[in-house]
Amino acid sequence: MAELMYREALNRALFEEMERDPLVFIMGETIGERGGSYKVTEGLLKKFGPRRVVDTPIAEASFTGMAVGAALTGCRPIVEILFIDFAMLVMDQIVNQAAKYNFISGGQGRVPMVLRTQGGAGNGLAAQHSQSLEAFFYHVPGLKVVMPATPRDACGLLKSAIRDEDPVIFIEHKLLYMTQGEVPDGEVLVPLGKAEIKKPGRDLTLITYSRMTLICLEAAAALEKEGISVEVVDLRTLVPLDKETVLASARRTGKVIVVHEACRRGGVGGDIAAMIMEEAYDDLDGPVMRIAGRNTPVPYNLNIEKVCVPSVEDVIEGVLKVV
Amino acid sequence: MKKAAAVTGGPPAPAVGKTLDGELLLHIYRNIYATRRFELRCIELYRQGLIRGYLHPYLGEEAIAAGACAALRRNDYIVSTHRGHGHCISKGADLKRMMAEIMGKATGYCGGRGGSMHISSREDNNLGANGIVGGGIPIATGAAMGVTVKGTDQVVIAFFSDGASNNGVFAESLNLAGVFRLPIVYVLENNHYAVSTPVECSTGCCDLAGRGPAYGVPGICVDGNDAVEVYRETRRAVERARAGEGPTLIEAETYRHGGHHINDPGLYMDPQKLAEWKTRDPILLMRRAIADEARVAEVEKRVDYELEAAVEFGKNSPEPSVEEFLAAVSD
Repeated sequence: MAELMYREALNRALFEEMERDPLVFIMGETIGERGGSYKVTEGLLKKFGPRRVVDTPIAEASFTGMAVGAALTGCRPIVEILFIDFAMLVMDQIVNQAAKYNFISGGQGRVPMVLRTQGGAGNGLAAQHSQSLEAFFYHVPGLKVVMPATPRDACGLLKSAIRDEDPVIFIEHKLLYMTQGEVPDGEVLVPLGKAEIKKPGRDLTLITYSRMTLICLEAAAALEKEGISVEVVDLRTLVPLDKETVLASARRTGKVIVVHEACRRGGVGGDIAAMIMEEAYDDLDGPVMRIAGRNTPVPYNLNIEKVCVPSVEDVIEGVLKVV
Repeated sequence: MKKAAAVTGGPPAPAVGKTLDGELLLHIYRNIYATRRFELRCIELYRQGLIRGYLHPYLGEEAIAAGACAALRRNDYIVSTHRGHGHCISKGADLKRMMAEIMGKATGYCGGRGGSMHISSREDNNLGANGIVGGGIPIATGAAMGVTVKGTDQVVIAFFSDGASNNGVFAESLNLAGVFRLPIVYVLENNHYAVSTPVECSTGCCDLAGRGPAYGVPGICVDGNDAVEVYRETRRAVERARAGEGPTLIEAETYRHGGHHINDPGLYMDPQKLAEWKTRDPILLMRRAIADEARVAEVEKRVDYELEAAVEFGKNSPEPSVEEFLAAVSD
């Protein structure tokens, strides 16, 4: 068992998969010589060479489209988009091409590619480098969406994403890269579509993912001291959504709050809440609530940035209103 | 015509013999004629309500696909466009499965899910048409990257239009192919209109081939109605690509015989210009090049027979099952 940082766990997954399969290669801006803005691709160029670790020009739409084309020839490309905000430049290639190819070709070709990117607020990076835009991808049939919270899940889910036959949007969080956690030795594979109960509880369920998992766990630990037993379900993948685990937890506790950093309006929380109310209404003690980011661009100033995304205090307060 | 076979930038390409093999000429003619007849038949079927949606005829432009694809091996890749019937046929597609697809039938290449605008035939390594103008350019570029990673000597042709060449991905992809010296030939079909906007109203510089050298990609302009010239120059470019010498941009100048799609009468088109271009119809030029009426008639007869069989096949094929479709949709 190794204690790794989130970014080191991702790096390990890339090394292992590129070593295992010569058809895996990675493209992105400043990922080679520099090892990536967050050091996730450090050492790959030296080990695998410039044919498989490709420093691209600033041309997101085209190198993402190139991943689609390369996948159709049988490769397993990974593209890194520095910030999820920049993924807005690649929406045609992801939404109209990658997500559609297998469908419109009548199953003549899968697109086994991974788009790695990172999102989230923190560090005063302001409105164009702080967004949580997973709902865009969640909305589009034909894409899988993965948002790991811990180093072990980051490693195991990235490996599964690379091996998956369909396009996977793999969204990391910039504030998680330096967080630490245990990653088992040997092969770590976490299947797509399986949530994990990160903390069991009796009184209320928090459904969450990505960095908000850590926020919810901290809130749950504090509430535990007050005698309130909170269950924390980390979705890990938004598509496919592990409805079974979500609904089972909702039925057990009867009280559910969905927590995410993305803006509340149009966020995936609304969809998950609706799903729970449609399918487990009789077992609920009240409406499913949401704790989410505010409907605003993220500002630069740290004090006003902080209030845009849910804090531990916000979650505690939200839970206390419901239990 | 602007300029014929003028190469700008890059090393000189190897010479290709002046006289082409008679069988090759007939093969190219077969694909031009098949595309022409196929589309005219599609227009009839459309008017009868047997084909729906968008259908973008390639009438008048057939020499480009037929000439360019003749320069490829079977396992080389192409990426096509919304105006893609000629590419599909010239890369070797079965007219039956094509017609069935365009009629939305379960036996079509895409099981009726794609239609004219999304047709692909993977067995021919035709990665498919595209409903987004320019959308296929990065995909083709990536296919060239893919074969490089795999270490095969396959080559890719990206077909796209003058309209697509004003989209950002054209610039990005040419730059990427130039820097990585990818084995790809960009075939820019300049039919003079982006939907209804004439090319001279959509760019300040109509020398589209001249955009290649700006990215270290040799650019060349050819007569797109002359399939033999298209073939010769594509073959040079394909040989360069296969030898690891990188990409080429070929601008093939042509003229659409009608509007943007089947329901666009193309009233904005210049009738005099169209009449001039029609005197240089790819079918006429190719018949002249072959100069053997008997063999031409034989090819045409075979295509006509094949086409009618394809129409019958399409008409008699089942619709995709709604139940099967819904069963495969996840919630």
